Amino acid sequence: MSTWHSYFKEKGQAPDWPYPVRFDQEQEISSDVLVIGGGIAGCWAAISAARQGLNVALVEKGDTVRSGAGGPGCDHWCNAPANPLSNVDPDEWAEHMADRPYCNGIGLQIQCRENFDTLLELEKIGGKVRDTEDEYVGAEGRDDKTKFMISPRYTKVHSYVPWAIKPTTFKSNPEGKLNNVVIRVWGSTFKPALKKECKRLGVKIFDRVMGTGLLTENGVQGGRVIGATGVNNRTGEFMIFKSKATILSTAGAGSIWLISTELGGYSNMMSRAISGDGTVMAWKAGAELTTMEGSGVLRIATGLKHKWYTGAGDASYENVPLVDANGKRLPLPIQGWVDAGAMVPSPEVENKIREGILKGEYALPFYGDFPAMPEVERKATWNLMLGEESTTKIIIKTFNEAGYDPSRDLLQSYKFIEGNSLPQWGEAGYGGGLVVDWNLKTTLDGLYAAGTQMFAPEDHSYAAATGRYAGRKAAAYARQVSESKISREQVDREKARVYAPIKRSSGIEWKELHAGIARVMQYYVSEFKNEALFNMALGALRKIEEESVPLLFALDPHKLLRSLEDLSLLSYAQIIIQAMKARKASSVPLNFRRIDYPTLDPPEWNKFLTIKQENGKVKTGELPMTFWGNMKNQYEAHNKDYSGVYKGK
Amino acid sequence: MMADKKITAVPNVTTPSAPVIFDPDICDGCNTCVEVCQIDVFMPNPEKGKPPIMLHPDECWYGGCCVNDCPRPGAIKFNWPLQQRGYWKNKATGEVHQI
Repeated sequence: MSTWHSYFKEKGQAPDWPYPVRFDQEQEISSDVLVIGGGIAGCWAAISAARQGLNVALVEKGDTVRSGAGGPGCDHWCNAPANPLSNVDPDEWAEHMADRPYCNGIGLQIQCRENFDTLLELEKIGGKVRDTEDEYVGAEGRDDKTKFMISPRYTKVHSYVPWAIKPTTFKSNPEGKLNNVVIRVWGSTFKPALKKECKRLGVKIFDRVMGTGLLTENGVQGGRVIGATGVNNRTGEFMIFKSKATILSTAGAGSIWLISTELGGYSNMMSRAISGDGTVMAWKAGAELTTMEGSGVLRIATGLKHKWYTGAGDASYENVPLVDANGKRLPLPIQGWVDAGAMVPSPEVENKIREGILKGEYALPFYGDFPAMPEVERKATWNLMLGEESTTKIIIKTFNEAGYDPSRDLLQSYKFIEGNSLPQWGEAGYGGGLVVDWNLKTTLDGLYAAGTQMFAPEDHSYAAATGRYAGRKAAAYARQVSESKISREQVDREKARVYAPIKRSSGIEWKELHAGIARVMQYYVSEFKNEALFNMALGALRKIEEESVPLLFALDPHKLLRSLEDLSLLSYAQIIIQAMKARKASSVPLNFRRIDYPTLDPPEWNKFLTIKQENGKVKTGELPMTFWGNMKNQYEAHNKDYSGVYKGK
Repeated sequence: MMADKKITAVPNVTTPSAPVIFDPDICDGCNTCVEVCQIDVFMPNPEKGKPPIMLHPDECWYGGCCVNDCPRPGAIKFNWPLQQRGYWKNKATGEVHQI
């Protein structure tokens, strides 16, 4: 009786809403530091601000215990050159990582300097980061003294730049020893440990509350941020948060180009909850964004594809030899010790395999040859890498229970047989985000950003390190300012917007609205881009805004949440297109090709384009490629008081 | 018998309709799965002690925390939708299996 239909059939009626309904009721909360988004970055921000002795409120749409992209787990602690087994200088590694167009030198420097300290703090609060039970003795990369498990990722080859598979010699590692900058971790232990520490430190956690808008001084766009509004997605209660400093740590927008719930489940790599809310809040408040014109290929997953990320030849198959149906080894890189961390095949190799399939040289389907691996390496990949990496944990569990034995069985790969994502299906969030300075402060006073909320974000440990850093900086700011009076008019305006869908019981439901937005993006922001198509997209989205949004209806607080997320997606889509219009050039790293400006990366366009609202009007600007200056010097100048691993109670 | 069956008019069942299957004999209705789901797929059963109800199965992201974090082994099992059940092959015999 666990499905709604079976319940209905047995009881003859639908179940009552299981939570108290508090539409229109208000709750007001005051804190020194407010954190919006309780994922990895948000939890670390809250912990770090609370450790400064401040009063912290944390707002999370799901439940902090498992929410966010890193909620289920994490297998790699990347870019940790400060770990004792690393053979590269942290500053040199940071500079190397930042030697890519449109990356974030500030965040990378923070990650490289501080994420190992962050890892040690994580261990202290209950995260498992070493092979303490000696399960993997003898595995390559395992250090018997520290019991850290180094990953083959980035040991020599750096494939984070697509197809640039070439070894690099570092001044700090002239003999070319393995770089040892990535640590394998037991990430499924992290999120519960972070929530526990938040609670222990007295952080006031507001789970199942969606942040909806930022409050600014006098309710003015561009004014100092003095709090935020939210809505509880189980009770419908309206929340007013007053704060001296606010940290945004929500994520990008995962499903702007595609929605398919029927058959597909949530059909991409990010959960539906990732809907760009924070970016849109900041945009409305007048904060400056950048790189919003960049997009990626939608990483469709469960339902439409088989979710081992993209299948064999991918990070999730770390170190597993890949073979064809007859057992012939494929020339795909496997991100293992053999190829020293290479992940993505070059277009030449990809093409060679494709042609080989057509000529009968390689037989489909392909397999991960787990039985061919030495036992300890097999265990490290199956139990640790796949077993701890986010949503693959449940896949491993299911396979184990169904009788799969990695020492005996080949695991099928879906590469080639499931095809590629359609070029019409783009993905937002490839580098788009808030402009930040060396304090991770945005362009608005009182507003800080961390993790995926910033422009050009990276991975799990980046979110952790920047969250921890933003918490520290926001706390320092909060100490200097007093609480400001919120504008009742601004609150009332937001309240009317938030509750509009529950005033109706028919019209357009959230799924239809989402699909309508996605279709506009598929048609007019496809692989074919030019000014005329962008204008058609804006016109079509404006029509949705004017004609369909007023019909949006939500039957309960949960569906209200989804409806409000749609409104975030709608605004996010409009920002993307405005940013695309502003870049009158094509660019490979931004995956941005305009028919009307076909020249790729002309030197005069090698710059960040910024976009914000001023008095309700879109205003664009620019920043030089390395606007953050000398990374080492800037970091040191801004962190003279940094005391390393937390030693307090 | 079939002719006497009472039929109520209900909307189509969504696909997937049941991303997990509960064992009501093992599940004690602690609602851990309800809390750890970042999507809020479940709701607590109106009857205390009974397995939760899947209210929004079509929103499932297959994150798996509901099963991974369940304190009572066997109380909840992942039920991959049919199009999502992975394959493997016995290396020695060539026999193909599916979840």
